[in-house]
Amino acid sequence: MSSTFVGMPSFPKAASRAVGNAQLRHNLHKATHTIRDKRAAAVAEQPDWASLRVAGAALKNRVLRHLDLYLEQLEEAVQRAGGHVHWAADAAEANRIVLSLVRATGETEVVKVKSMATQEIGLNEALAEEGITAYETDLAELIVQLGDDLPSHILVPAIHRNRAEIREIFQRAMASWGRPAPADLTDDPRALAEAARLHLRERFLSAKVGISGANFAVAETGTLVVLESEGNGRMCLTLPETLISVVGIEKLVPTWQDLEVFMQLLPRSSTGERMNPYTSMWTGATEGQDFHLILLDNGRTKALADTVGRQALRCIRCSACLNVCPVYERAGGHAYGSVYPGPIGAILTPQLRGFGSELDESLPYASTLCGACYDVCPVAINIPEVLLHLRAKIGASGVHRAEKLAMGAARRVLSSPGLLAASQRTAGRFRRLTPRRLPGPLSAWTDTRDIPAPPPQSFRDWWASREER
Amino acid sequence: MGSRETILVRVRSALADVPRAETPDSVRVPRDYQRSRSGPDLVELFLDRLMDYRALVHLDTPVAELARGRGRLMVPPGTPGEWLSGVDVVRDDPPLTATELDRLDGVLTGCAVAIAETGTIILDGGPAQGRRALTLVPDHHLCVVNREQIVRTVPEALQRLDPTRPLTWISGPSATSDIEPDRIEGVHGPRTLEVAIL
Repeated sequence: MSSTFVGMPSFPKAASRAVGNAQLRHNLHKATHTIRDKRAAAVAEQPDWASLRVAGAALKNRVLRHLDLYLEQLEEAVQRAGGHVHWAADAAEANRIVLSLVRATGETEVVKVKSMATQEIGLNEALAEEGITAYETDLAELIVQLGDDLPSHILVPAIHRNRAEIREIFQRAMASWGRPAPADLTDDPRALAEAARLHLRERFLSAKVGISGANFAVAETGTLVVLESEGNGRMCLTLPETLISVVGIEKLVPTWQDLEVFMQLLPRSSTGERMNPYTSMWTGATEGQDFHLILLDNGRTKALADTVGRQALRCIRCSACLNVCPVYERAGGHAYGSVYPGPIGAILTPQLRGFGSELDESLPYASTLCGACYDVCPVAINIPEVLLHLRAKIGASGVHRAEKLAMGAARRVLSSPGLLAASQRTAGRFRRLTPRRLPGPLSAWTDTRDIPAPPPQSFRDWWASREER
Repeated sequence: MGSRETILVRVRSALADVPRAETPDSVRVPRDYQRSRSGPDLVELFLDRLMDYRALVHLDTPVAELARGRGRLMVPPGTPGEWLSGVDVVRDDPPLTATELDRLDGVLTGCAVAIAETGTIILDGGPAQGRRALTLVPDHHLCVVNREQIVRTVPEALQRLDPTRPLTWISGPSATSDIEPDRIEGVHGPRTLEVAIL
């Protein structure tokens, strides 16, 4: 639980370390290609996929452009159904609210459904500091928690681990968190799933406080929606007496009917299934539960203020863009230094955190701009467009002075035929002196590339000499 | 100023570019997708999708015949008597604790709606369904679906549902894709899902 993304190096540094790890590259290649193929088949089967995608994007735009109205509508609907609504401007405030709600129950243990929002605010660590243990119950989150590791994928946080590594983590760490792993545990995925079932069973049955996020919140009715596979979500949402849901303010959809779009887009685009095994939908206090909804900003309004960048808030966290990204497949999720890795992370993280660090500034460059992410996005987020927009923002910020000086000099030379001809002749004359490697910081460029040797004669000189003849 | 107001003020100033006259409805949502469509026989399709999830399926077998000899089964309020002849029935009255539910051999329920295209069964806590824990904790779920409860598409199902009720959508037995992402059945929810279509 001590692991943290804080103080991570910039993307190129972290990525080059990851690329050197052959096991990691093998695990990632296998996993991303498996999900990619499944998704393609599930999407191809849906005859009206393109229309659903257009509707999904438009519905999210509608919510974002009138978010204040929809937030107030949601609040009222949840309260009408007996739920409590809290507002958290940032991570610290959200953690304080959760802490005080847990304290009020007198419990020192909570069970958690996998949730990106609570990862983002570092809830587990904040609770641990105050003596409250949060147990992750999603299988992949459990692997990450037991391994004192960091998540590397939105949907499958332990995607960087293979079955042998998972077996080793279970055998080593389960005992210190609860019921130990069976002595004869093998690396058969069925046996590993069974070990997770046994490990968490007693914990679920006795849990008094559950903490979740939500995939969707319906403004019209106050209904919250959680999609999952294992049943750990149902356990955490159903059995505890108190349920606390931390939900980003961008998770809203306007009406109940609009779920018909997202309940088709999300399962097919994320796990590549016609439908995920379990979905829970509840409105306010359900079956006698004490229900609290915490609406989280934490940088979302900053992203909303950028008219180009705000489309990143349409994201429904399916992670299809990670699975098709050539950069993610090689660098892995940790290099992005955030709970949101991959192409969506490269545009979401810096907008939420606000370009405060070398890492955040390097993220919009963690892409080849190939556009595969845009093609698969179920809500048509134009990720390459936002990447370029953010690069321009960073470029204009004055931090990249050397690059600007070089570009300025190039502009002067390229816009003057005389200067260009002179510099081409000079380069041609000294072509034998062209270095194999550039000095200083420029050496980063030549580490992986050859410097093209200038031709002895420029095209323009050749043309002129041909005419003379 | 509380955080509620802080956030709403931040949202409004972030949206300074949105024209004052614009309403949510003026953001056009093209709904060219299909709410319903024609295709293969509903029951055939539903069966096919369920089997794809490795659920066990029965067509027109009397429920009591399936439920008999399966040990102690939880039976929610509102279950038709003819499903229960000869069945070892446990009632949730007074309500059982989670630990008590865990000791049962299974649960027998009906459902509210089923979706053929996605192989999904939806429970809404109505008659023969009960509270959510009843179909979650026991390891074996035998679910009865009447033909008229089956619709083809997701939009058709949402139209029939009441959002004020607690809803559980079930598509196959509990599963995970978290280990070298293959779908493996059987984690925390019922590891066996058996569906009887009448």
